[in-house]
Amino acid sequence: MIPDFSVILLTTASGVGYGMLAWLGVLNALRLLPSSPWFGVAAILFALALSTIGLLASTLHLGHPERAWRSVSQWRSSWLSREGIMALVTYLPALGFAAAWWFAGAATGAAVVLGLLAAVCALGTVACQAMIYITLKPIRQWCNRLVMPNLLVLALFTGAAWLAAAVTLDDPGGSRLVATIAALFGVAAGAAKLAYWRQIDAAPPVATIESATGLGALGHVRMLESPHTEENYLLREMGYTIARKHASRLRTIALAVGFIAPVLLLLVGIALRAAVDRILLPLAALAAVLGIYVERWLFFAEATHTVTLYYGRRDERVT
Amino acid sequence: MTSIPTPGAKRLGLVIDLDTCVGCHACAVNCKEWNTSGHAAPLTDFNPYQDHPDGVWLNRVHTYEAGTGPNSRTVHFPRSCLHCEDPPCVTVCPTGASYKRAEDGIVLVNAEICIGCKLCSWACPYGAREFDQDQGVMRKCTLCIDRIYNENLPKQERVPACVATCPARARHFGDLGDPDSAVSQLVAERGGFDLMPEMGCKPVNKYLPPRRRAMAAPPVEAPRAASGAGASVLRWIDRVLSR
Repeated sequence: MIPDFSVILLTTASGVGYGMLAWLGVLNALRLLPSSPWFGVAAILFALALSTIGLLASTLHLGHPERAWRSVSQWRSSWLSREGIMALVTYLPALGFAAAWWFAGAATGAAVVLGLLAAVCALGTVACQAMIYITLKPIRQWCNRLVMPNLLVLALFTGAAWLAAAVTLDDPGGSRLVATIAALFGVAAGAAKLAYWRQIDAAPPVATIESATGLGALGHVRMLESPHTEENYLLREMGYTIARKHASRLRTIALAVGFIAPVLLLLVGIALRAAVDRILLPLAALAAVLGIYVERWLFFAEATHTVTLYYGRRDERVT
Repeated sequence: MTSIPTPGAKRLGLVIDLDTCVGCHACAVNCKEWNTSGHAAPLTDFNPYQDHPDGVWLNRVHTYEAGTGPNSRTVHFPRSCLHCEDPPCVTVCPTGASYKRAEDGIVLVNAEICIGCKLCSWACPYGAREFDQDQGVMRKCTLCIDRIYNENLPKQERVPACVATCPARARHFGDLGDPDSAVSQLVAERGGFDLMPEMGCKPVNKYLPPRRRAMAAPPVEAPRAASGAGASVLRWIDRVLSR
């Protein structure tokens, strides 16, 4: 599948934003965050801004962005529609959370309840996003049981990393707990990603050229002539291929930059305390998001679609 | 509404005979011709007469070789929308632009409300949908809805453009929901099959397999070793001529 910039930005940026919002709601309810109104409102608005950037970016790839409002109408059947609705609904408790924190205080019942509601909506939006991919049967790398835990744990990891950076900017040395959570989720996210890569490498194709053409009874099938001599929409959009050696190099980069580097930076930050926190934790957050961008690019580039079978392509990466 | 309607009795579709298709691409060309000014119009082309032509086609003809050795077959294979009973391209649509008609099972796109998110083309295992880069909306086979119900056309012409034009009569149009219709009979008689049944889309369109050959291809004879006086004369002639 074509790694389209706007869709990759959507899932990366909104993942960070919703992950951060979820942690803000949960950790505030547990009274583990700084209670200053400035911190609360700035952090909530920052998280919302990231997810908004993601949502706006996703409209860039539409043929008719001005009709985007129509996409909330089919919630009965379409996960894309449900994602849009969840994303819009999330603004209500999230903005209410910010208002309650500012006017009434972080520890008030209103702030706690609205914060928890915002957390549920944020993770619900990420889950709807995952369902869009999971329900696409022709793409085995997406119609996959590991996609949901991957997207959720990656959102929680990047969200926690950015929240740790935000806390340390407000209160140097006060971010040990959030940084520890981020490091733990970093390890979990790395493990989830490795499990996903193992799974997609080992899984068999969902269909063959023989079942696609129904000619298997005659024996092995191969394409003699393509219907057209130039690339068409189908091959550009769904026939994107990536060389195996490039993919494995990019996997190493994603793992090193997106998981190992941030976890190490977080651990060093936790060990060394206040002095270097303000440099190390934002660096960890930045590295995580860069690595996840590469990881998300691969999520698209490595995905294969059954339509390419009609063009004589086997479901495997080019060596 | 992108929920699938309760299936009606009528299921209009195509039956494509892979035995008689000669791969002339007339169906693809006539489809383009009719639909670029019909219900699905326009079917945009970029650089049609220059380098790297590109554009929307609702029907594409592939050619495959099936089997190996002397009994292998060349099979021409037209590929278009199968108007599935369980179309994933419809349920994923966030706007309701992609829909299946309850009355005859035809799957259509309402270009007036399509936002061009392309998700339906990702959901289709068969590559039946092509995006119109110029108009920003998705295009697909309409089963020539503007021909089959068109009372301005003579009755015998009220069939999809691809069916009307096929010189080999490899394409048949009819109601596959009616077990007594000519197309259903043809499918039963010839063992018509679904493409990629493992995807669970339950295609309405059926394909008829190439018929078994009445005569097996003769084995290729091994060259016989020549001997005798005649053979040495021939060898001499061969040597002279090869100089």
